[in-house]
Amino acid sequence: MTPQPNALELEDLVMHFGPVRAVDGVSLTIPRGRVTALVGESGSGKSTVGRCVVRLEKPTAGAVRIAGTDVTHLSRRQLRRHRSDVSIVFQDPAGSLDPRMLVGEIVAEPLRLSGRRMSRRDREARIATELGKVGLRAEVARRYPHELSGGQRQRVSIARALISGPKLLIADEPTSALDVSVQASVLNLLADLQRDIGFACLFITHDLSAVEYLADDIAVMYLGQLVEKGSREQIFTRPAHPYTQALLAAAPVADPIRQRQRQPVLLGDDLPSALDPPSGCRFRTRCPLAFDRCAAEVPAQVAVGGGMAACHLVQPDGTRPDVRAAGTSEVLS
Amino acid sequence: MTTVERADTASSAVGTPVLAVRDLSVSFTTEGGTVSAVDRVSLELAPGEIVGMVGESGCGKSVTAMSIAGLLPDSARISGSVRLEGTELVGTREPVLRRVRGKEIAYIFQEPMTSLNPVLTVGRQIGEVLRVHERMSRRAARARAVELLSLVGIPSAGKRVDNYPHQLSGGMRQRVMIAMAVACGPKVLVADEPTTALDVTVQAGILQVLRDLRDRLGTAILIITHDLGVIADIADRVVVMYAGRVVERAPVTDLFAHPHHRYTAGLLSASPTPGVHAGTQRLQEIPGLVPVLSTQPDACTFADRCPAADATCRESAPPLAAVGAAVTHHLAACWHPCPAPRTESPEATP
Repeated sequence: MTPQPNALELEDLVMHFGPVRAVDGVSLTIPRGRVTALVGESGSGKSTVGRCVVRLEKPTAGAVRIAGTDVTHLSRRQLRRHRSDVSIVFQDPAGSLDPRMLVGEIVAEPLRLSGRRMSRRDREARIATELGKVGLRAEVARRYPHELSGGQRQRVSIARALISGPKLLIADEPTSALDVSVQASVLNLLADLQRDIGFACLFITHDLSAVEYLADDIAVMYLGQLVEKGSREQIFTRPAHPYTQALLAAAPVADPIRQRQRQPVLLGDDLPSALDPPSGCRFRTRCPLAFDRCAAEVPAQVAVGGGMAACHLVQPDGTRPDVRAAGTSEVLS
Repeated sequence: MTTVERADTASSAVGTPVLAVRDLSVSFTTEGGTVSAVDRVSLELAPGEIVGMVGESGCGKSVTAMSIAGLLPDSARISGSVRLEGTELVGTREPVLRRVRGKEIAYIFQEPMTSLNPVLTVGRQIGEVLRVHERMSRRAARARAVELLSLVGIPSAGKRVDNYPHQLSGGMRQRVMIAMAVACGPKVLVADEPTTALDVTVQAGILQVLRDLRDRLGTAILIITHDLGVIADIADRVVVMYAGRVVERAPVTDLFAHPHHRYTAGLLSASPTPGVHAGTQRLQEIPGLVPVLSTQPDACTFADRCPAADATCRESAPPLAAVGAAVTHHLAACWHPCPAPRTESPEATP
């Protein structure tokens, strides 16, 4: 018996745009029906990873396998057969929905492109069902995107992404452009759909707090590389990499008493460029704990608590650095 | 509106305000009719105080901020009063306002790149403020620019002063904007979403700079944000806006410990906070949509989304009135304020 293939396998994925090393050797596995959050700040390459997975970009090197099929080198024509395996939802629903198409046409477009024949009545019933799943009334099918609110538009994007029954959903900052109160309902919707339908999901975000409900596993990216991977519980309670620790410490909590007792971790804000990443560990120019070895040697990925961290200060026996103990590194140039 | 006035007098006991906004209303005339963006907003800023104004997009927080120093286009109709140390600014002529802007009231905005001139060095841009408002010589202005850059935490300020904006990171650019804003020692700094375009690890540093400025120079700061985490981090007092109106005003700890307005409470529980909601499956949602701004109805603007709304809420707009213990200066515009969490305080229930 062959085991069920993973929903996604990335093997040493590399994506260079000319001299810009946007993604530089990312390996990641998402088992069927699991949610992995890919967390990083602007310029970390997290969105490029997502775009490589749906083959909006052709990777420079490495491999992308979706549900057991290597799609890295497939031609456009060959890709079409696998299009229904993976879908993507983008950050800005206004920009990713064609303003001249009715919502119904937008939602049904993946079906049309797959070449499946359907009677008009069946198609309309199917659209109504899909809109219902994302909490929209069937009438919405006869509206244009501009007639909808931001949250409703994002629901339309989700309906379009799920109509073909993908095994893997890429959600690229799906709630970042939305207001807090709307964000909550879209996150809840994604969580509900994921639980009910059971698709695997790569949830790309800059906001760690948004994924605490959704993610089974978390991968943290910095300047084109993964610095840490682990279960949600491990990342939130025992982060090993100084960058993960800094990210968690920097996100302010909505509680003034707790927030003001927390010790701030201030990283220098001179971010290195992906044109010319620092030698050794790429985080070392902002890391308060950096020492000589960090500039000289690329840190290996050390297994910790079921996950991994790429830092010279993380030991296989579970020893991990504490960035808060190091104080701040305000001046670093 | 006697309740409002009484409540306002009570809160001014905090100190003589450097900035006092009273019943400020702003409307715009558009093809589709008159749109009321801000409806009778009142707030005060004491010297050295950081007031956070929080609300979602379209709630009128940025329009309020812009109208303080007359930055809105001519199509805006403004009524009410904005007093800077007792001097009325609403209706003041442009040449007078121009002296106030930059010198007495300074602004920083969300996107530093669009606010900086890409073809001038940052030193020249900071120097320009000093040369215009303080009549400094070129050399003195440059020297002061270097001082200001190190004040806002830019390393090797002596070198950075000759950089162009594109040579700096987003966080550095926002620090330059802050340096420019405080160059003339303004009494009031209005920061409109100053960290929204920045990464969270950079945001912490910018908030620290703002806090330092308040501590060292005594600048009063009005910080506008949609992020309750930023408010919890930096604000002394909070103004919550919804659909053009102030719905709640309170000292920061009181607001988070016991929000009285249902919108504030909803916003708080809808914000994902690491560790706080661990183990729970869902976030709290606020049902419905923000109402489209037109003429402000004589009703609570939150009524359609509120779990506690009844006929009263749909017939008359609740005034911003004192709630809870008098000493806290906690105001809310709600007919049916939230009861106190866990520990019951009888006066808080409707």
